[in-house]
Amino acid sequence: MIQSILFGLSRFLVGGRAIWAGSQPHLRQRVYFANHGSHLDTILICAALPPDLRATTHPVAAADYWGKNALTRYISGQVLNAVLIDRKASRNPLEPLRGILDDGESLIIFPEGTRTTETLPQKLKSGLFHLARDYPDVEFVPTYLENLSRAYPKGAVIPAPISCTISFGAPIRLKPGEARDDFLNRARQGIIDLAYVDEEDA
Amino acid sequence: MDDKFLYLMAGVVGLLLVASLVGFILGKRAVTDGAKDTVRNLNERIRAWWVMVGIFGLAFWFGKGVTLFLFMLTSFYCLREFLSMTRTRPEDHRATVAAFYIFIPLQYWLIWTEWTALFSIAIPVYAFLLLPILSVAKGNTQDFLMRSAKIQWALMLTVYCISHAPALLTLDIPGYAGQNFLLLFFLVAVVQLSDVMQYVFGKIFGKHKLAPSVSPNKTWEGLIGGGLAATAIGAALWWITPFTPLIAAGMAFSIVMAGFWGGLVLSAVKRSLGKKDWGHMIEGHGGALDRMDSVCFAAPLFYHLTNYFYTL
Repeated sequence: MIQSILFGLSRFLVGGRAIWAGSQPHLRQRVYFANHGSHLDTILICAALPPDLRATTHPVAAADYWGKNALTRYISGQVLNAVLIDRKASRNPLEPLRGILDDGESLIIFPEGTRTTETLPQKLKSGLFHLARDYPDVEFVPTYLENLSRAYPKGAVIPAPISCTISFGAPIRLKPGEARDDFLNRARQGIIDLAYVDEEDA
Repeated sequence: MDDKFLYLMAGVVGLLLVASLVGFILGKRAVTDGAKDTVRNLNERIRAWWVMVGIFGLAFWFGKGVTLFLFMLTSFYCLREFLSMTRTRPEDHRATVAAFYIFIPLQYWLIWTEWTALFSIAIPVYAFLLLPILSVAKGNTQDFLMRSAKIQWALMLTVYCISHAPALLTLDIPGYAGQNFLLLFFLVAVVQLSDVMQYVFGKIFGKHKLAPSVSPNKTWEGLIGGGLAATAIGAALWWITPFTPLIAAGMAFSIVMAGFWGGLVLSAVKRSLGKKDWGHMIEGHGGALDRMDSVCFAAPLFYHLTNYFYTL
């Protein structure tokens, strides 16, 4: 109920059409990694996944925003099935993510680490590499969010009704012997390529 | 005017019935893949037409308020399509929010209250000055002129220009009181028929491409045949307007020409953004702006011609 309202409202305001360009929705265990432009990103990706996938897919969200009051805690925990992580914690922030992957479920992560104002993603953080190395059977799906940083940028109070799209690209895996930076660059390029996909051909 | 409108609607519904029947028969007879594609496209267009005619009937039935509201929604969707495809920056968020949530309602409210003087300058002057102010406050100068121009273009075309169509309802024409809705019908009918006729004539007789790099489907045969047909239909509709048959033909001709250039200009804009359609809203028609591009250019011209020559 709350979920339908939240998803319906977000769709009405900022669209969020899913474009499966290079992968199909599938129950296989996956890590969707996306560029990050707004607080609506998490909601829109969840809304774009078919319900059966949504049930086993957990977005990773920052505890300092999504855990700050009862409402955001309820939405992130009950509606979005999110895993909250403390970005400033001294202990390993990847622990909760490993827990999810060990259970055989999927993740949505934003490896830039913070929301940006740019169209293309910044350098990705190394956490993505560690996960790819430790979970070789999981598919890593590049995900590109278009227009989110224009519709609801950092510091904005109300979203502008600009239509956003979510493109899911072809999955990547860590190649044997691939260096950390090579993998991270390849992953980032996977997102960038989606920014230039002409959806007529997708 | 109620009688006239009923005849018109009966005529339109009759035409659409014939079109649907033809589409159905062609669908049964199409053999090659190319022909099937063309017929599918045609049938999708016809289906979308039914919806548009239904909306038009609704607008007429409920009067000025609902008509303005429906055009306001149209402006909203067109502005959304335009700005979604146009790369502005997150720093333009305030200007974008102002365009959507302030200037769309303001423009249509000004028509509602018939505050004509402000209606004609609110966007070209005050939005023009205010929107870059909202953006500059964020301090990012990257592509600043381009970003400001994009938002202003979007607002002018999708809100200011389109709003001139329902503004026809406010014109005070001696001897024509209470019939202004028919002027709106005249404009929309001529624009849309001109689009359809150009498409049909182009498909049947089209040989010489008119602007291959801008709009590859447009041909000289389509423009001349379709334009003349739409002008003739406009002349034949003189009895619903305050015009003589000759002037109705002239008005229809100016609508056709403005609409043609509007289609070409917006096609060039679209291509400069690397896209083929403005959106996915209407099956077979692309986005809302794909249907409104000719109206954007024709509405202000028709409004001013009528206002200049026919009001006191």
